[in-house]
Amino acid sequence: MPAAAARRGAGFFRYASPQQFFPLAGRMMPFFSVAAALLAIAGSVVGFLVAPTDFQQGDAYRIIFLHVPAAWMSMFLYLVMAFWSAVGLVFNTRLSSMMATALAPTGAMFTFIALWTGALWGKPTWGAWWVWDARLTSELLLLFLYIGFMALQSAIDDPRRADRAGALLALVGVVNVPVIYFSVQWWNTLHQGSSISMTKAPSMAATMLLGMLLMALAAWAYSIAVALARVRCIMLEREKHADWVRQYVEKQA
Amino acid sequence: MNWNDVNTFLAMGGYGLYVWGSVLMTVLLLATEALSLRMRRVNFLRRVARRLRLARKEGK
Repeated sequence: MPAAAARRGAGFFRYASPQQFFPLAGRMMPFFSVAAALLAIAGSVVGFLVAPTDFQQGDAYRIIFLHVPAAWMSMFLYLVMAFWSAVGLVFNTRLSSMMATALAPTGAMFTFIALWTGALWGKPTWGAWWVWDARLTSELLLLFLYIGFMALQSAIDDPRRADRAGALLALVGVVNVPVIYFSVQWWNTLHQGSSISMTKAPSMAATMLLGMLLMALAAWAYSIAVALARVRCIMLEREKHADWVRQYVEKQA
Repeated sequence: MNWNDVNTFLAMGGYGLYVWGSVLMTVLLLATEALSLRMRRVNFLRRVARRLRLARKEGK
């Protein structure tokens, strides 16, 4: 099929078709999985074993090694999801929409982890599991946006219509992300400001910062690996009658 | 190293419940997500392989 080969083209756009991207995603997955595991181990050792006890918050502060990376990921994944949604809407590319769909469950999970660990940190530190302040409420709204995106997509049978409906919801909800991010500056809130600007003894802040960065990188690598695994499932499921899927299944058996 | 023995490490200065409650939930969710994706893939491959086998049998 010379025409199909020509249409496939060269370079980056070659991977815009599920059939081309599928094996590439499969080759990238082990790399990001291993990176995620190693970074998480290193980050846990630094955060839970090496880093000293905080003189104000005691050892409860160690929750931030999970809380902050999860909260960053929850916002970042939403932005990436909205980006792929927009690309899918504008260029009508199937793979972009599949990427958006693949990111939503992981984003929702990190949002939940951020809320859960936040509650467990808030109880000993503030004396409350939950308060309806700007940071916490907007993060809860983020969880509802993720869940709404997934529910809307699964309620529509036609995948292309589900893509478009989900994309609209994702794009409307994107205004919430800067609200979360700047909420600690815009409103008077119980939530503390950015943790990166800790004014402690330099060596102490350094190990804490290192632990947090390692955990954040681990969360990145994990998210990429999981998103690739899920988008591969989505590609197979949506194209289950295509020749390339049949060939792939036969090769796996 | 910040700890002298295992018990003080587990106690987390009295905040053990909060710290380990956070760790446990995070590990549990990440593991569940990874595992469920593996199962989703295996189930799909099995389902389609069965369909292909049936189709081949009928074709003969």
